[in-house]
Amino acid sequence: MSPQDATEDRLLLSGNEAIARAALDAGVTLGTGYPGTPSTEILETFSALGGRAQWAPNEKVALEVALGAAFVGARAVATMKHVGLNVAADPFFTAAYTDIPGALVVVSADDPGLASSQNEQDNRRYAVAAGVPMLEPSDSQEAYDFTFEAVRMAEKWRMPVLLRVTTRICHSKTIVRPRKAPIDKPEPRFERDARGRVMIPAHARIAHSRLRRKLGEIADWTENSGLHRTLDGESSLGIVASGVVAAHVREAAPQARVLKLGQTYPLPIQAIREFVRSVDRCVAIEEGDPYLVESIRAEGIAVEGKAAMYRFGELNVSRVRRILARDESPEPEPPKGKPPELCKGCPHRTAFETLRDMDCIVTGDIGCYTLGVLPPFQAMDTCVCMGAAIGVGLGMRHALPPEQARRVVSVIGDSTFVHSGITGLVEMAYNPPSTGHVVLILDNGTTAMTGLQDHPGTGRRLDREPADKLSFEDLARSIGIQDVHVIDGPGDPVAFRRLMEECLASGKLSVVIARRPCILAVARDKKMEQA
Amino acid sequence: MTAGRAIDVVVGGLGGQGVLKASDILAEVVFSAGFDVKKSEIHGMSQRGGSVTSDVRFGQEVLSPMVPEGEADYLVVLAADQIEPNRHLLREGGTLLEPSLIDAASLASPRGLNVALLGALSVWLEKEENVAGRLSVEAWENAIRSNLAPKIHDQNLEAFAIGRRAAAERTAQE
Repeated sequence: MSPQDATEDRLLLSGNEAIARAALDAGVTLGTGYPGTPSTEILETFSALGGRAQWAPNEKVALEVALGAAFVGARAVATMKHVGLNVAADPFFTAAYTDIPGALVVVSADDPGLASSQNEQDNRRYAVAAGVPMLEPSDSQEAYDFTFEAVRMAEKWRMPVLLRVTTRICHSKTIVRPRKAPIDKPEPRFERDARGRVMIPAHARIAHSRLRRKLGEIADWTENSGLHRTLDGESSLGIVASGVVAAHVREAAPQARVLKLGQTYPLPIQAIREFVRSVDRCVAIEEGDPYLVESIRAEGIAVEGKAAMYRFGELNVSRVRRILARDESPEPEPPKGKPPELCKGCPHRTAFETLRDMDCIVTGDIGCYTLGVLPPFQAMDTCVCMGAAIGVGLGMRHALPPEQARRVVSVIGDSTFVHSGITGLVEMAYNPPSTGHVVLILDNGTTAMTGLQDHPGTGRRLDREPADKLSFEDLARSIGIQDVHVIDGPGDPVAFRRLMEECLASGKLSVVIARRPCILAVARDKKMEQA
Repeated sequence: MTAGRAIDVVVGGLGGQGVLKASDILAEVVFSAGFDVKKSEIHGMSQRGGSVTSDVRFGQEVLSPMVPEGEADYLVVLAADQIEPNRHLLREGGTLLEPSLIDAASLASPRGLNVALLGALSVWLEKEENVAGRLSVEAWENAIRSNLAPKIHDQNLEAFAIGRRAAAERTAQE
């Protein structure tokens, strides 16, 4: 590329921005999801570019909304982080059985190395488990191109397609040359097709065999789909890789012959067989689970994998070099950086100082406030998944002897409460522990951890236009919680402690809503007003 | 440096210091000069005061978006206590640009340190064989303007100039 090249057709985009732009250019009319690092910017960018983007209360609802749009012929994208697909797994599995005239593209943004997640699950397994074709881009250009391809494949086979990306694809900026012209949008219309979309057993039995037939066709098609590329090199070493790992591989082993897979379910088995035959030594290098190596070996193809130690964390150029050298010596520990902490002036600080001083047993949840586990607070005892604060707290209350049970408090943020806490509150009213229970909702009016996104409790939509505002206090009362308190902050530590002590001693079911806007959101809004 | 080899820059500091902003500006400058460029970082915790780094690699062709450990040509660090945790990223003979290079009192705001150090970096980059003559001060200034709010353009352009002067003095001594 010459330095004189006009930058007009050349953009520097993150993978997330590239997916958003491709969605717009590919005629996607609805993008929906729930914020989650590293996926969040896809919908924000889609909205900023003029697309219709919505935050759903959680990923399950998002996927259902996208499915509904695709059932009537529209192109829809549902975005989520890897653990979000756990929440959306129910519609995901059965959507694969259905006959979808539009396009349903599901973006799963995985987080190998846990940059900002509670686990490093490998969602390539979901493609196999649900029978959903999966594409894996290796940079922003492919994130753009494969989003187009996912739309095309979804419409051709009338089934969902999984676009699986990882942190380093989502948040790395690389150069993209977008297409000149967007493709036409289909005109949505309803056509009755109960056999294709009402999954009663009689229909689903037929749908399951139809799904397997489609996957067989796709397995044949992918061999010559143009999604896979062989990068020539010496025949002494061949490497099979996909995603960002393919870029690490080219740098770590510039002499090697590389088979870069763009679609990793179903796999192009014939192409892999021929590639392996063409080299003396063949290594499948992948982040996370040994998915490629197991799938390839299951076809009777001999391929070398990585040592078990490389299942953990992200790969990079140095680790790929080590894998190729079969080096299993301990890796040097990188020097420790400074851990993140709750902002100075964040009202969550007072909440956790109080819970620490009261020696509460705190079942926590996912958000900024998970930082309550670190010094100087060390006031969190569990954190598992979105909404688990309430269920886990109730379980402890049921099982612990009363004097300990009375110390249990469930702490959950506002966005997380909407996502998965409401059903926990229903459970609390339905199966109350004999000692009662206390749920503390830290309501800072935003999804702070992922970068200040709106949700049904903020009164604003993704595009910041006004929306109906869910009242947590009214909701709690309607569920049957009689003892509902709304306080500022907590600002006053003495008053807050007194309230918490009263609630814990009462033996009742209590919900305490500590409400004060996130200081980062206040600053952001002020900046936006000035602009 | 061999022709065609990419130049690797790592920017490090604490959340809120403008680490990502600095790497955005650098990436934009080299992008508009026609280089291949890849930029990589971890979001999420970046606004919560913890350690943050961002990698920018540019040249004729860049492969991995991440700078391999011990291979950075330049390490730009925005907080003195973040030098040691990041030093291992720098290659032997690589250049460390640290806060002490800039006279803090000369900056209109401590928040301008990221752009001041970019000013310093711009002087060093001009000495790179593959870069010389391709990154103009004007291009840097345009990238600063397009990445920052109009209200703070002047103070950041000033910070950039302060960084350039500091680097010119330092490199004259070398």
